[in-house]
Amino acid sequence: MAELKIIRTAAEEGLAEAFQGARASLPGAASVKSLRESAFRTFETKGLPNRRVEEWKYTDLRTLMRDAKPLAPPPDSVARLKAKSAGAFAGAAKARRVVILDGVFAADLSDLAGLEPGLTIGSLGEALSSGDADVVARLSRRSALADDPAFALNTAMMSDGAVIRVADGAAVARPIHLVFVTSATKPVSVFTRCLVSVGKGGSLTIIESHDSGDSVDNQANHAFDIAIADEGRLDHVKVVREGDRALHVASVVTEIGANAHLNAFTFTVGGAVTRNQTAMRLNGSGTHAAIRGATLLKGRQHADNTLIADHAVGHCESRELFKSVLDDESRSVFQGKIIVQPHAQKTDAKMATHALLLSENAEADAKPELEIFADDVVCGHGATTGALDGDLVFYLRSRGIPQTEAEALMIKAFIGEAVEAVENEAVREALMDLARAWLRARA
Amino acid sequence: MPLLKIKNLHVEVGGKKILNGLDLTVEKGQVHAIMGPNGSGKSTLSYVLAGKDGYEITEGEILFDDQNIAGMEADERAAKGLFLAFQYPIEIPGVATMTFLRTAVNAQRKARGEPELSTPEFMKRVREAAAGLGISQEMLRRAVNVGFSGGEKKRNEILQMAMLQPRLAVLDETDSGLDIDALKIVSDGVNALRSPDRAFVVITHYQRLLEYIVPDFVHVLWRGRIVRSGGKELALELEEKGYAQYQDEAA
Repeated sequence: MAELKIIRTAAEEGLAEAFQGARASLPGAASVKSLRESAFRTFETKGLPNRRVEEWKYTDLRTLMRDAKPLAPPPDSVARLKAKSAGAFAGAAKARRVVILDGVFAADLSDLAGLEPGLTIGSLGEALSSGDADVVARLSRRSALADDPAFALNTAMMSDGAVIRVADGAAVARPIHLVFVTSATKPVSVFTRCLVSVGKGGSLTIIESHDSGDSVDNQANHAFDIAIADEGRLDHVKVVREGDRALHVASVVTEIGANAHLNAFTFTVGGAVTRNQTAMRLNGSGTHAAIRGATLLKGRQHADNTLIADHAVGHCESRELFKSVLDDESRSVFQGKIIVQPHAQKTDAKMATHALLLSENAEADAKPELEIFADDVVCGHGATTGALDGDLVFYLRSRGIPQTEAEALMIKAFIGEAVEAVENEAVREALMDLARAWLRARA
Repeated sequence: MPLLKIKNLHVEVGGKKILNGLDLTVEKGQVHAIMGPNGSGKSTLSYVLAGKDGYEITEGEILFDDQNIAGMEADERAAKGLFLAFQYPIEIPGVATMTFLRTAVNAQRKARGEPELSTPEFMKRVREAAAGLGISQEMLRRAVNVGFSGGEKKRNEILQMAMLQPRLAVLDETDSGLDIDALKIVSDGVNALRSPDRAFVVITHYQRLLEYIVPDFVHVLWRGRIVRSGGKELALELEEKGYAQYQDEAA
């Protein structure tokens, strides 16, 4: 019998070397180290996901990742200076800033004074080093994305991140802004993991933004592990503003209890290649969960939003709405799967994705899937792709509104339908400002 | 100098000839009615005046203020003072009527080199114009024409006209789909805008509208050209005899 030889790509070789080089110094005691080893074996067995892997069909990392960039060095004073101005777009939200700079939880750049009662914010790296039992237990739990190569790689390589906990009954009014910055002018890679838990009846708003410079082909692999207890509420707005050559792969695993509320929104305007993947599971009835997003792309940008909404119990409502606006040769991908487990009766799940093509060379791929094993449910999905309506543009122009302005008005209205679901008004306005800036740059 | 002079206009849509040597001269302060059966070219005339894509002028010219507008974009024509009230006003989901009005008014002012209207001044003008047309503040907050009834859509067209203060307004079958009360409101709105500096081209099927918006001239459009012109009494004659009499003339 011939021996099976696995041929690795240069990027896979590079990642293996990076893991070999870093394994001894990555934070965490024996139990965490064994998690890392096991996760890396998962990654090695599967390799970088490619188009033959259904979940990654439209975002072939094996092709898109030519090599593996070196791990980011610890941030220096220049890096710190860059971090100070990052994330200013959300200033009006008056959020508490927590900076993750070059993959490192930067306590000295973060606003950690006067935390509200019941709120704790810490570094994941420190939690791993000190053997925080709760953190280790959470990482040891089998995740819905455990077999995903990008998430497995994150588990193997995660160096730092934020651990945010909201105690039972604590309503944290002031939003937390997690400001991720990659400051390097030469390509680097970062691996972060954030843990967020909202206790029973607690509530929290998180803004998460990602910035990096143009012309640097950085590689970021981020992961969020979110747990919302019964009657808890989390509003989570993510903004991807990476540089024009950046690769951004992010995984979010969310577990939600009963009578809880999740309102998530992902806004993608930057990056060369962006993948936002979410696996959400509803474990208690009476919960309302929404995942929405808007994507504005130009040039040859590629953005992929892939999500799974798993209704493990009945009597829950889930909503997904993704809108993308695509200019030039850009491409958006939406893959959404709704799973309704047996006995998850009275599930109400709706999913929709709409793409607006501003150029003949733009492409939108949409793949909605329903896997329903219960019989008394209301589930639906819809997908549309099209150009701007010529009759509509003419109507606006006949009133004296020039072409570009007419298009801008329609594009704002188009994404506005998704953006308006963002609860925080200042954040909503900040997102529309980013959209307006995008439209101005286009004109 | 006439405000509008159309000379020997030939227009094709998708390779099909619709207008066939149309002549029309409109002076300031006048109201011209254009009547004709379905397919005679009434809507084509309105779209080619407004500058819709796909309406190709193969011969002749349209002079607005003595300037050929054939090469002008729709928004440039609007800024010059041309307005088309649509037969079927378009719905614009997600764009509030107020935002739409303000964007249009200021875009035209900008194109003419005038300063933008201040918010209080704009609000004052909208309130006044809307009140005359029975348009509520609630309607102004709603997305343009979305969920509006037929009559509300037509009133919204007249509101836009009142805000934009054009020098030439083309009303394309503004009476279609209106009951008698709505017709009266819309006509009153139009009549309030009549002035020595402004002209109207009223395109309609029926004489009924012309009882409310009384024209100075009536023209019969038949197979893409004007085959007869007269005073307002011509409309009554058409109502009585129909368009059949032109069948033979044109043949």
